[in-house]
Amino acid sequence: MATLTLRSVTKSFGPARVIHGIDLEIGHGEFIVFVGPSGCGKSTLLRMIAGLESVTTGAVEIDGQVVNDIPAAERGLAMVFQSYALYPHMSVRQNLSFGLENIRTPKPEIARRVAEAARMLRMEHLLERRPGQLSGGQRQRVAIGRAVVREPKIFLFDEPLSNLDAELRVQMRVEIGNLHQRLGNTMIYVTHDQVEAMTMADRIAVLKDGRLEQFGRPLDLYNHPANLFVAGFIGSPRMNFLKGTLEAADARSATVALAAGGRLALPCEAGAAKPGDAVTLGIRPEHITPIEAGQGDATLAVQVTEQLGGESYLHGTLASGETLTIRLPGQTRVRRGETIGLRLGEPAARRLFDSASGAAYPALS
Amino acid sequence: MASLPDPSAPAGARSAGDLAGWLWSKLGDALDGPFRALQRHIGANRMAYVFLVPNVLVFGLFSFWPMMLNFYIAFTGGQSAILAERPFVGLENFRELLDCGSWLDPKSCPVAGFSFWTGIWNTLFFALVQVPVMIVVALATALVLNRDIAGRGFWRAVFFYPVMLSPVVVAVIWDWVLKRRGILNALIDDAVTGWNAFVTSGWFPFVGGFVLAAFLHLIMARLFRLMKVPRSEIWGAGVGIGLALLLVFSTAFREFLTLPDYRPVNWLIDVRSGWPMFWVIFVYTWGHLGFYMLILLAGLQAIPKDLYEAAEMDGTSKARQFWRITLPLLMPTMVVVLVLSLIRAFQAFDEIYVLTGGGPGQATKLIIQHVYEMAFIGDAKRYGIASASSVLVAAVLLVLTLGQLAATRRRAGG
Amino acid sequence: MINTADLSAFLGRRRGRAGLHWTDWLAYSYLVLGVLIVLMPILWMFLSSIKSPRALVENDPRMLPYEQVQVPAPDGARQLGVFVWTKPDGTKADVAFVGPRGLNARVFELGRPDQIIEVPRAQLERKDRLSPRWENYTEPTLGSTQSRTFNFLRYFWNSTFVTIVATLLTLVVNAMAAFALSKYRFRGRDFMVIVIVSTLLIPPTVILVPLFMTVSSLGMLNSLWGVIIPAIATPTGVFLLRQYMLTIPDELLEAARMDGASEWKIFWRIMLPLSLPALSVLAILSVMWRWNDFMWPLIVLTQSEVFTLQLGLSTFKGELNDNMHYLLAMTVLTLLPVTLVFVFLQKHITTGIANTGLK
Repeated sequence: MATLTLRSVTKSFGPARVIHGIDLEIGHGEFIVFVGPSGCGKSTLLRMIAGLESVTTGAVEIDGQVVNDIPAAERGLAMVFQSYALYPHMSVRQNLSFGLENIRTPKPEIARRVAEAARMLRMEHLLERRPGQLSGGQRQRVAIGRAVVREPKIFLFDEPLSNLDAELRVQMRVEIGNLHQRLGNTMIYVTHDQVEAMTMADRIAVLKDGRLEQFGRPLDLYNHPANLFVAGFIGSPRMNFLKGTLEAADARSATVALAAGGRLALPCEAGAAKPGDAVTLGIRPEHITPIEAGQGDATLAVQVTEQLGGESYLHGTLASGETLTIRLPGQTRVRRGETIGLRLGEPAARRLFDSASGAAYPALS
Repeated sequence: MASLPDPSAPAGARSAGDLAGWLWSKLGDALDGPFRALQRHIGANRMAYVFLVPNVLVFGLFSFWPMMLNFYIAFTGGQSAILAERPFVGLENFRELLDCGSWLDPKSCPVAGFSFWTGIWNTLFFALVQVPVMIVVALATALVLNRDIAGRGFWRAVFFYPVMLSPVVVAVIWDWVLKRRGILNALIDDAVTGWNAFVTSGWFPFVGGFVLAAFLHLIMARLFRLMKVPRSEIWGAGVGIGLALLLVFSTAFREFLTLPDYRPVNWLIDVRSGWPMFWVIFVYTWGHLGFYMLILLAGLQAIPKDLYEAAEMDGTSKARQFWRITLPLLMPTMVVVLVLSLIRAFQAFDEIYVLTGGGPGQATKLIIQHVYEMAFIGDAKRYGIASASSVLVAAVLLVLTLGQLAATRRRAGG
Repeated sequence: MINTADLSAFLGRRRGRAGLHWTDWLAYSYLVLGVLIVLMPILWMFLSSIKSPRALVENDPRMLPYEQVQVPAPDGARQLGVFVWTKPDGTKADVAFVGPRGLNARVFELGRPDQIIEVPRAQLERKDRLSPRWENYTEPTLGSTQSRTFNFLRYFWNSTFVTIVATLLTLVVNAMAAFALSKYRFRGRDFMVIVIVSTLLIPPTVILVPLFMTVSSLGMLNSLWGVIIPAIATPTGVFLLRQYMLTIPDELLEAARMDGASEWKIFWRIMLPLSLPALSVLAILSVMWRWNDFMWPLIVLTQSEVFTLQLGLSTFKGELNDNMHYLLAMTVLTLLPVTLVFVFLQKHITTGIANTGLK
């Protein structure tokens, strides 16, 4: 059983503050992903949980106990590093058993755990090799195995898949998922790849510039992003943003005049907003439907069409100069250079943000 | 990489390398207890200080403390090696070193000053000849080795080999070679005798004539061409061959070529000649050349090949490539080599002390030998004089080193 | 530099000739000459070291160790030197030299000891044979006629002890410091690094006297420890190891920390094995320094039972004696270990030194 709580955790390197007070509650057995662009502080946060970086202010609690001053080795955590950090001069077996020897685990117990981990990760045949003799995927597995044998309270992963090619990455994603299923431990996983976050996480913490932007289940983040940053970061291709001015707003709905022309209404809680406020309308590419030119909510000059066979993308510019992406199922007949009309989604699929603060007006559906 | 086997495996079952690794880990584990306890006590990050302790201790006691002490001793007199028993004499030691009629003439100095200035001038001469000579030869060797030479590793190893030898061994070897009846005199004698035998033999007109004719023909042909004589080739050949024939059959010419009988030279003992200093420089260079050659070779190999290929495409001549590409790009390495070898030359002692003992007379006595002799030779141990001399030498070396730093900085800046 | 193979083919086409360019000939001649200058003296010393004391005293200028052929005298009491006698008619015969008489020599032809004849000395020429005298090596070392002035085995042991102990200590002490200076952040670290690197500039030769007094007041004169300890903390070593350790990724150390390893264990089990390339360069340098060290031992060690090989050799050389054959043999034995190390680790040593720029 392991829960993790962060209470107003901050981190400063000299005068530079890199983490600005993060609160987070992680329950037992959860698979949590920290995601954000590089430099957002997600790795630093993970290393603070691990005990590799000190906590400037605030508290890190494991199972309700504050661990700020407990050395990394004694927190009962295990970490998989981005570079795997396998000891190059030791065989796989020694890599796995090194940590257990350090805490004076009896030899038969070490042997049992190593054998079990090797079986679980299908690397029995690799035990006597050195890391240098392994492929990237195999190294990855050894690194995970090294964490597994420790039987930690919490697994920490620091961008573990970023050094693998695309195909292996998908495969390892599934394996880590299976591992989580099997062991049921709490796992914290850091990545900059929102696809990884979406596919693996029970809950995602989106970080930016040392602040927690949103923490929630993947589809909640996708469907109800708390702000412009999360809306843009989660989902690929990213959400389309159209500038506009609020014409009317109340607690149930809002009407927006788009810079690209046209007027749209959507159901949302915009009671605090005043007409005339600058707002941004967000629409996912799959919610936009192309129709005949001159009709619908706006007009798009198509510049690029990408035909992937199973789906298609249209990229173009609106009258306002804003770019827009449309995702269509199947194949499309639209060609580059055509002008088409657009239906900008069902009202319930539209999201509205305050341009100045970036915060979303809560959607009503 | 060290082979570190599974420490849990029985040692006997493994190879020797694994056994060493096993011992290694056991040794580390044995020391782990106290260190771990210490770490628990003071925290992981402060262990850095613990790791520094042995080094700082030895360093402080045997480098920093003596450095400070040196200044103090320079102002004390007496013969005691115990600091407390040494009376403070102020600038007396320096006066004895520097109070000369002329620094250029050591004889005008007090006894200690004579030894000091002899050492200084000898060292200056030594350094100013040895360093340029060595750098030129080292560079030449590095350039040759940097060509696409067969067996480059072998040649490089041979040139480097003397660096591995101890100064004492180097001195014994060369002492043996340079004895009055050593191999060098024997070889020279053989060469002179052989040459003279050749000049007087019946073969000389044929071999000598042929070589001479070929040589004279080239010279004459060129001369005639310059004088715009028509058919200079033929004229040149004719005159050249004619002259050669005239010469080889003339007794006067043979006598001119005959060398006087060789009288073996006492290379290291002959006082009046400059040979002892010559050989000291030669032997020192012999023993250290390989090191600088290696550094220069590394510098040469760091120059990108495509620069030369580009120059080749531009039709740049080899000589121009050397002056305009190789030398400028090698400059940083050259500066390092220059300063390093200068500093070393100012500290030269071992080889020379064993080879000549500073002799004959004081002809090869360098400054460090002066320091050594003042402090450690004879009944009167003049530690104060030795320290004062060290301070003066250190000042020279400091200037050299700062010069290097300035040079490298200027390069880095520009 | 240039790929001369391609280039010379290219140049060859242009100049209408192929094969070795004349500069190649020049280069090879230079190399051969250089190799002769390097190796000939060493070869000459080695060959001299297996000559008989007599050949050395006579300054036999021949490269190879020749010795006069000898036969037992008819009475068996002594050995007689053999000469080649060129008879007036031009034929030659081997004769044994019995004794001089005026300008003539009394000899007998081998096989006919009863017929003693007198021949002019000018007609005699020494009959020599190749005869390496390995006793020059075995006598001082195995002690059959133990040279009192040159106790090789003791010097050898002293040198070996100093070299091995000093090298081990140098490695551990400097690696510890390098580890602290490369992998920890602490107050005063950068200052320490600057201090240590700047002492690279303090030449040991200018602190001879105070160092001597320090060592003397610690009671380490005439002790091998007095030679070993003062130089184990070398800025060269710290610098070299630190530069290497900076390239070892911090993640490895963090992984070990997560694995519950103590800082000491991280040093011993992770850092040291991974620094092996740099450690071996330093080890080679240290062995070279220590084995060849002369000046400092010369000052610290004044009693012959603690002499190192270098001290023993130089003292032995300084004494005027007729034991030249021992001196040369012992010199060969002194350069042998270094030479063997060099032959086997040549590539390693030269690249190591070229890369670090240190000696």
